[in-house]
Amino acid sequence: MDQPLVSVRDLKIGARTDSGREVEIIKGVSFDIAPGEIVALIGESGSGKTTIALSLMGHARPGCAIQGGSIRVGRRDVTAMPERQRAAMRGTEVSYVPQSAAAAFNPAKRIMDQVVEITAIHQLMPREQAEAKARQLFRALALPDPDTIGSRYPHQVSGGQLQRLSAAMALIGDPALVIFDEPTTALDVTTQIEVLRAFKSVMDKGAMAGVYVSHDLAVVAQIADRIIVLKNGVVQEEGPTEQILHAPKHPYTRQLLDAFEPVPHVPAARPDAAEPILAVQDLCAGYGVIRDGVPAAKILQDVSFRLERGRNLGVIGESGSGKSTLARAIAGILPAYRGNLLLDGKELAPALQQRSKDELRRVQIVFQLADTALNPAQSIETILARPLTFYHGMTGAARNARVIELLDMVRLPGHLRHRLPSELSGGQKQRVNLARALAAEPELILCDEITSALDTVVAAAILDLLKELQRELNLSYMFISHDLSTVEAICDEVLVMLKGRVVEALPAARMSTEAAHPYSRLLIGSIPQLDTGWLKGLEQDPALMAQFAGR
Amino acid sequence: MLRSATTWILVGQRLGIALITLLIVSFAVFFATELLPGDVAEVLLGQAATPEAVAGLRTAMGLDEPAIWRFLSWLGGLATGDLGMSYVNKMAVADLLSGRLMNTLRLAGIVTLVCVPVALTLGIAAAMWRGSWLDRLVSVLTISVISVPEFMVATLAVLVFAVWLDWLPALSFGVNVNSIGDMLRAYAMPVISLSFVVSAQMIRMTRAAVIETINTPYVEMALLKGASRTRMVLRHALPNALGPIANAVALSLSYLVGGVIIVETVFNYPGVAKLMVDAVSTRDLPLIQSCAMIFCISYLLLITLADMIAILSNPRLRR
Amino acid sequence: MSLALRLPTPARLGYSFNWVGRIGLAVILFWAVIAIIGPWIAPYPPGDMVDFDYFGPMSSEFWMGSDYLGRDILSRIIMGTRYTVGIALAAVMLACAGGVLLGMIAAVVGGWFDTLLSRFLDAFNGIPHLLFGLVVVAAVGSSIPILIVTLAAMYLPGSYRFARALAVNVNTMDFVTVARARGEGFGHIILREIFPNILGPVLADLGLRFVFIVLVLSGLSFLGLGVQPPNADWGALVRENIEGLSLGAPAVIFPSIAIASLTISVNMFIDNLPTRIRDRSE
Repeated sequence: MDQPLVSVRDLKIGARTDSGREVEIIKGVSFDIAPGEIVALIGESGSGKTTIALSLMGHARPGCAIQGGSIRVGRRDVTAMPERQRAAMRGTEVSYVPQSAAAAFNPAKRIMDQVVEITAIHQLMPREQAEAKARQLFRALALPDPDTIGSRYPHQVSGGQLQRLSAAMALIGDPALVIFDEPTTALDVTTQIEVLRAFKSVMDKGAMAGVYVSHDLAVVAQIADRIIVLKNGVVQEEGPTEQILHAPKHPYTRQLLDAFEPVPHVPAARPDAAEPILAVQDLCAGYGVIRDGVPAAKILQDVSFRLERGRNLGVIGESGSGKSTLARAIAGILPAYRGNLLLDGKELAPALQQRSKDELRRVQIVFQLADTALNPAQSIETILARPLTFYHGMTGAARNARVIELLDMVRLPGHLRHRLPSELSGGQKQRVNLARALAAEPELILCDEITSALDTVVAAAILDLLKELQRELNLSYMFISHDLSTVEAICDEVLVMLKGRVVEALPAARMSTEAAHPYSRLLIGSIPQLDTGWLKGLEQDPALMAQFAGR
Repeated sequence: MLRSATTWILVGQRLGIALITLLIVSFAVFFATELLPGDVAEVLLGQAATPEAVAGLRTAMGLDEPAIWRFLSWLGGLATGDLGMSYVNKMAVADLLSGRLMNTLRLAGIVTLVCVPVALTLGIAAAMWRGSWLDRLVSVLTISVISVPEFMVATLAVLVFAVWLDWLPALSFGVNVNSIGDMLRAYAMPVISLSFVVSAQMIRMTRAAVIETINTPYVEMALLKGASRTRMVLRHALPNALGPIANAVALSLSYLVGGVIIVETVFNYPGVAKLMVDAVSTRDLPLIQSCAMIFCISYLLLITLADMIAILSNPRLRR
Repeated sequence: MSLALRLPTPARLGYSFNWVGRIGLAVILFWAVIAIIGPWIAPYPPGDMVDFDYFGPMSSEFWMGSDYLGRDILSRIIMGTRYTVGIALAAVMLACAGGVLLGMIAAVVGGWFDTLLSRFLDAFNGIPHLLFGLVVVAAVGSSIPILIVTLAAMYLPGSYRFARALAVNVNTMDFVTVARARGEGFGHIILREIFPNILGPVLADLGLRFVFIVLVLSGLSFLGLGVQPPNADWGALVRENIEGLSLGAPAVIFPSIAIASLTISVNMFIDNLPTRIRDRSE
């Protein structure tokens, strides 16, 4: 390797917590980036990947500070520079593509003004020339209406477009290094494809080096030359993309990869019970003012399906498809205005206020974000004890014993019951969340994206737990997710939802091969694979993309 | 800048709410003063309150009519400028008020002219160099002023400027006003006291508004584009903070209403507030009602203005 | 990790204060103690004319001088503590208890009840506080129970608005939805799920509202409409002795200092509360 463009040596970054404690979040990280090379920083939340990426610009978020080591970009040492020189470097030598472009664009200024701002700050070229260059970049990034999109305000374009515009903003100063900070994490899979493609094409053309921060190995595989695996502020493994994907050395990397290949689901034997545990017929639900019995915003339209006892139903769809609304309508939180719900063959009232305690007990709902699903002011014991008292009238020692038993069922040690939710990790919280549903002794659990906010390894463990619980307790799950691979890992049947309607229903095992609806095919095709050639080899009908993903 | 129809609907809604509020407020003011006290006629006649005299006065004043009817006719009077007769002075309330109102408005106007530039500069500067000695000094000063009653600021001003430094007269309108110098000297104390109270509020709110926008991701993005701190604040934070700042200005000016009551009393300033405090001690109800309505209307105007600015400055409602 | 000794100490919950906050707390506690033990430590009976001089200077006999009638200022300030702190505390408790309860109910019930109550209380808030006090006193006269109720009524809408905003946020959280889906009743949701999660900011807000009430009460007393002679709170002490201002008499200065020390301390204490408590109030 020639002289590297970036070299980081023994970088240490500290942070001050709320209570004033100093903690080291980056613990002596070293790596190099060659000119034109794209390096991925992979890690789970808390691994320090974004902190490292920002430090390459000499920036530390409030409360954090670079405490040791050196960062060299080009010939200069970023750590030793005064703030004025760092500012001179930002945008021209190193530039940044943020995680959420929607938040990173100033809502009060037109897009073009913000895209060309770097050229104005550093006096790189006259305005006319800068705008011409911006329009070129818009074209290169495959943005619609490249000549006029710059005159709009940020809230007038879609999320995927804004993300590409933020790349144009980063590239306008011809930097030597571009930092991509999880730029596709907030997007739907079908949108992610377009954005990734656009990034890849501009990065392939230029001789720019890149740092791509992500938690998703499959996304990174498409764009990075080299991968650095981080955990808790320490480098675990570093190597070329192919080697990391196919011949990982470090056990943690292997764990990350394994989480990508979940144990395939073995369907339970066909049950003998005649009645399905849940049957839904022509269900319609929506929000807003109800006029003539129909709400102003109709979300769900004529959804029908059957879920047999002991089996699992997956519901997939992108944001806005109505999949979460479906769970809420079944739980009675959002009463359906039309259609029927049959629980074990018996009619279920639409609103939960009209359901009996026993009906409520038999169907439990588990939410996506364990952070908000557990009352932060109550101990784990209080949280778990409440449904025991409420549904089963348990008190005293029997209840305490049952709380410990429940924690054991979700593979948590009993002493955790004295803690507050904020003192648990994300995975532990989600297990408690599940244990609270189990406390009711339900027959059906509605799981609303319960693994989406978790890191891959933790999510895989939760899926395994769900399967074990199912075997032990004869449960049925309705599993809602935006991620087909998660659904395939646990479900027998899959519903594909689009704009509040079910567009296709198939057995999970045959989903990827036999899906017939064009949207299902698009959705399946958009899921990144752990294969460096996947994006290049991917062929999708552009008309189809425009129809379903042109948001 | 173009604004969408929703914006105007919101503005219209806000105006409607202000009108309803005004109605409720006038209702409250009328009934608090009209229904709660004992028999007005008896109070007015004092020693001479024979049953016949009381009955006669009640009829003359229209006190025998139902309360709702009296409320409506009072409201109609307000709208047409007929504010009734003062019990004590036997003069039309409107005449008593007219000169006084000008005095108070003049005081408020001067205070506004002094406060707005000073407070905006200090508030924005403190936010821009957050954590600097300037910011800390400004924070300590504003929190001290906000934490003490208005009369203390006024008495402290007297103590410093009149007693220790002997620059200004302690009571403004005891002295004869012969020249511009005299007038300046006469206004100085009330203006200084009120300005302290109002600008302390304004500085705090302005600082908070600017800091809130500085903490947004798009301002961090400007920093990551290589913008200097000044550019970051002036080009990116300030345009977005304009609405909240204007809102802060209007809201802090509403503190004038409370402040002016105290300051006019302390300095014996011949304004509406002093008139009202005097009317309270003589239980001159028509006068109290009219003064109260003047204050309520100006207060309501200011907070409605603040709300409307907040709506109009929301960039997401722009077409 | 040992589990036995995880007691909920302030430090563990992150409630540690810096020195500014501690000074604030110390001054607040000082005045609280004075308010309780006042009658036993006052050097003279507060109503007795004990000095032959009026507006007497500070001396070893009269530590804070004497007032316009030659009464001992120190004793009068000590006795005034009861009025100022007591009335303000009672009013703030009443205002916040009512405001928080109504706010939580409005947030959970929603719909027209929420709209109507919010509109009404907002309209009520459209009357400037001091003015409201003036009008009430003009109408019904001044006594301590009236003062408490009036002050509480002035600050209830603000407290309601604050608590409602917090409760609306908490109400949308999934754990409340879970409780509702479980079939829990209204009382459980308000008291067990919502209230504990808004308590921190509500207490901070109570502190700030206490300061406002002290200020308005002092203002009313200063105008002669608050606590009536021969009793006097701190604001009334300033009013009684305002004539001494041009003499720079300690009789005006010390009551003012008493007010400022209390209000500034409460502000200092609240401003330096750990962010964990205050952050949730945004």
